Amino acid sequence: MSEFDKIMSKGLGRRSLLQALGATAVGISFTGLAACSKEAAKEPTKSAATTRIAATGEEPKLNFYNWDTYIGETTLADFKGLGGAEVNMTLFASNDELFAKLRAGNAGYDVIVPSNDFVERMAAADMLVPLDHSLIPNFQNIAPEYQDVPYDPKRKHSMPYTWLTLGIGYRKSKVKAVPDSWKVIFDSDEYKGRIAVLSEAGDMFRLYAKYLGKSVNGLTKDDIKIIEAMMIKQKPNFKAFHEDNGQDLLLKGEVDLVMEYNGDIAQAMAEDDDIGFVLPKEGSQFNSDNLCIPKGAPRPKNAHAFINYLLDAEAGKKITETILYPTPNAAAKALMPDEYKNNPVVFPAAEQLAKCEYAKYNPELQPLYEEAFTRVRAA
Amino acid sequence: MALQDWKQHKRPFAAIASGPILWLLLFFLVPMTVVWLYSFGQNSGPAEISITGTLDNYKRATEWLYLSIFGKSLAVAALVTVICLVIGFPVAMAITFASEKWRPWLLVAIMLPFWTNLLIRTYALMMLMGSNGYANRGLGAMWDGASWLKTLVGLQPLEAWTPVQLLYNNFAVVLGLVYVHLPFMVLPLYSALDRLDKSLIEASLDLGAGHLRTLFKIVVPLAMPGIMAGVMITLIPALGAYLTPDLMGGTDSQMIANVIERQFKRANDWPFGAALSFLLIYAMFILVALQSMRGDKAKAGER
Repeated sequence: MSEFDKIMSKGLGRRSLLQALGATAVGISFTGLAACSKEAAKEPTKSAATTRIAATGEEPKLNFYNWDTYIGETTLADFKGLGGAEVNMTLFASNDELFAKLRAGNAGYDVIVPSNDFVERMAAADMLVPLDHSLIPNFQNIAPEYQDVPYDPKRKHSMPYTWLTLGIGYRKSKVKAVPDSWKVIFDSDEYKGRIAVLSEAGDMFRLYAKYLGKSVNGLTKDDIKIIEAMMIKQKPNFKAFHEDNGQDLLLKGEVDLVMEYNGDIAQAMAEDDDIGFVLPKEGSQFNSDNLCIPKGAPRPKNAHAFINYLLDAEAGKKITETILYPTPNAAAKALMPDEYKNNPVVFPAAEQLAKCEYAKYNPELQPLYEEAFTRVRAA
Repeated sequence: MALQDWKQHKRPFAAIASGPILWLLLFFLVPMTVVWLYSFGQNSGPAEISITGTLDNYKRATEWLYLSIFGKSLAVAALVTVICLVIGFPVAMAITFASEKWRPWLLVAIMLPFWTNLLIRTYALMMLMGSNGYANRGLGAMWDGASWLKTLVGLQPLEAWTPVQLLYNNFAVVLGLVYVHLPFMVLPLYSALDRLDKSLIEASLDLGAGHLRTLFKIVVPLAMPGIMAGVMITLIPALGAYLTPDLMGGTDSQMIANVIERQFKRANDWPFGAALSFLLIYAMFILVALQSMRGDKAKAGER
């Protein structure tokens, strides 16, 4: 690797010459590199990380609307240092917040990071710009299973940034056995008052569906009634409905079992050895956060350049080192140390993942989930 | 100089008032009208609302489920207001009767929490009240001390300390709301008590009434406008609270504002959320109207 770096730094002079010749020349160098990496499939396209970013002809600014703790420590500065736009990152806390803010019109965001079902919802509402794949050559770094996904066929509107799955985070010293079934938190009083579950109605109903052996997308109105009754029965055993801060509740010792995303628990496990994570045997729900350009983005070319940079192997590695989420970027993953690549929390076994499904955006059922969940809370 | 009637000085009045009126119109009335119109509409797409004049949203909002949540929210807000009044009144009295030197400092102390954001104050309170928070650690230490004392005199030690459940229940919500709203109660009470003619209290005490009787027959009636203002200013925001129940509440601590918030965010059902909001606004209007009618009656009685 270090030798590779040396070669790259020697070559810098030539590339800056190319840069001086203009955007077209750099465009050629991009495609050249892409061809290179196709030849040597195992060698990740690390070279792109030090490639100057072509000028787009737009004002060198970019508004990036992202989740908290969801970017590498130096990623934005690196992008600017390589000749990219100056990125102004603002944060949102939930997809709902993102959607509520953008549905009234785009206030100037260039790149956003919605989850899979919101990519579907926003595409249905005509709120996303179709991506120009010719401007995102780093798309080839993405693992094949994320290159074409049911929620966005042929990746027309989105590029995958991370993926994640819901499971059970637990405090090892406080459980008798590994809680490897949803039954432990959904249908049992074994850990009464020591469980926290998500306050997101849709996720709750879909995971109960998994527990009942159904598809997350196969719920009917009758199922919702049955699940509602199960939740009301289980409610005294829950300590709280958390707002996706389950890892904090677990770290602080407020609860011993928590429904949470694997990436969040992986972050908590880095702080506390006594925390574990299990993907229940009934299967779970896949989520994926995606890079998209909202309609009305003032600087779409910068946005494409930035998305391409985030999908770069080296940039992706730096992001992954910070956020510890599973990355769909195969080239970036290849650069990561073994303790990340072989971490069963971040990358659960393939046969377990085979039981996970993406939740489809369902405008008919969503209000029903919400109303049923309001009844559960009021009961 | 006597107060001038604005009718005789229309131009200066218009000059002064047009700014605030325009502000209210643009940033309050217009958006509220839009939300009000939404409440008669329905979702026609993920990001589109067509205003059809339907009353379905109100029909749904007045179902028992939502009315019971309204009722619960009102009960919580009323309890919070009563606790604030009971705690706040002696505090306001103490500030009124404090020496000139101390009074500004005491008032600053009341307002000090406003210098910090509500969210941060709530998180601080959560750190205090958690299972392994400072409150529980302090109680645990005292418990261990008591246990140690018992062994000292040759008795069996106490059983191990189990943390008290302070957070994630309705108690936590009420405590959090009282903590947040107490200054809103103390400040109007203080301003009413400060204006009170102290010689009346002296006269009452001189003429043989006890301290309690003076308090309830003289001070409370004279401070009534301040009490009513404090009650309204506490009750209405407490009724619309959503952050505290969200963060500190347990599984059954949702208040109506949480339900409304979810309609605008998770459920993506703005028309229904708008209908719920307007029901809440109507309820508040009624409260304010009742209060001002009471005020009018009191004035009429004086004449």
